Amino acid sequence: MSLLAFEQVGCVRGGRLLFEGLDLVLQQGEAMQVIGPNGSGKSSLLRLAAGLLTPSAGRIDHGATLALADEALALDRERTLRDALDLWARMDGGEARLAETLEAFGLARLAAVPVRLLSTGQLRRARLARVAASGAALWLLDEPLNGLDADGSGRLEAVVAAHRAAGGAVLAASHVPLGGRWRELVLAR
Amino acid sequence: MIGALITREVRRALGGAAWLPLIFFLIVAALVPFAVGPDARLLGRIGGGALWIAALTAALLPIERLVEPDRADGVLDQLALRGVADETIAAAKIAGHWLAFGPLLLLAALPGSLLLGLDAAALGRALASLAIGTPGLAALAVAVAALTAGLPRAGALAGLLLLPLAVPLLIFGAAGSGGDGGSALMLEGAMSLLLVAGAPFVAGAAIRAART
Repeated sequence: MSLLAFEQVGCVRGGRLLFEGLDLVLQQGEAMQVIGPNGSGKSSLLRLAAGLLTPSAGRIDHGATLALADEALALDRERTLRDALDLWARMDGGEARLAETLEAFGLARLAAVPVRLLSTGQLRRARLARVAASGAALWLLDEPLNGLDADGSGRLEAVVAAHRAAGGAVLAASHVPLGGRWRELVLAR
Repeated sequence: MIGALITREVRRALGGAAWLPLIFFLIVAALVPFAVGPDARLLGRIGGGALWIAALTAALLPIERLVEPDRADGVLDQLALRGVADETIAAAKIAGHWLAFGPLLLLAALPGSLLLGLDAAALGRALASLAIGTPGLAALAVAVAALTAGLPRAGALAGLLLLPLAVPLLIFGAAGSGGDGGSALMLEGAMSLLLVAGAPFVAGAAIRAART
């Protein structure tokens, strides 16, 4: 069964047509990278897939739970990294996964540090950790490599590979090549 | 789950500047004797109403931090992804905002009543009317915060929206804290209830409309 299916989907933002007639199917274990120039609708496509936007045409079917890492961090600045992530992990029933996820992204030693004191790159890792700890089958990642160093992108590659091996799927928008094997979806203007 | 959201709201409010509206409330209450003079009889007569004006202006201060930070930081989106209804988010925000605002305001009304020279009976009536009115005021604040979230100059706009909408609450609240007690308090209670019941739907719809 497919985890995500777009059928002839169109997207209009602010009166401007971004794309139309888009078909996309994501099966278990698959990873797809959306590429395209700035403003071609990569982030909008992810928000459509997440159900936060309604398509102007066509239909979108979900076969599984999903988690989204977009530009927004959605972590409480005054709380420690562990507590801020724990808020979401509890809602997703993923408290048990949180410790190993922090470890996987190299954040374990920062768990007790307030979010507002973390560096940009560390915050980028944290938003990916929020998705990884959710236990959702479908991950939607918006520019996952933004702000990550070599170590960080290596860790992301390993986490994504493990997620796919466990039957999960990933849809990522990125203008730089991602590590590992990805199917490509090109959005042109 | 809604419990976790309410706890988060209270923690955010108390961790921030929950005392700021209270200081503001006391300053406004302290200004009244300077404005109308130290005549104890006159102050006693207008004291209840003056406390209400102070409470209304104090209610304006927290509006900007109620909804906009969560919208800008993607918290509202993440909650929507997890199937939490926008109305539930709004209801949790109202409950959390009142818990961090209402009881502290009642506490600040004690020194406030001293500044205005209210006697014990008048203080009791003022506390009762504030206790009944503050849930409505909190609901109105969250609704206005959701309606103005993400707009430029949201703070000024929020004041223009909240103050006229709070007029019915002010009329019955001030009347209830004055001499004629009972029936005014019941009408104030009805008004407050109406706001608490309606605000989650207004705020929920506003949060949905702001999602782009």
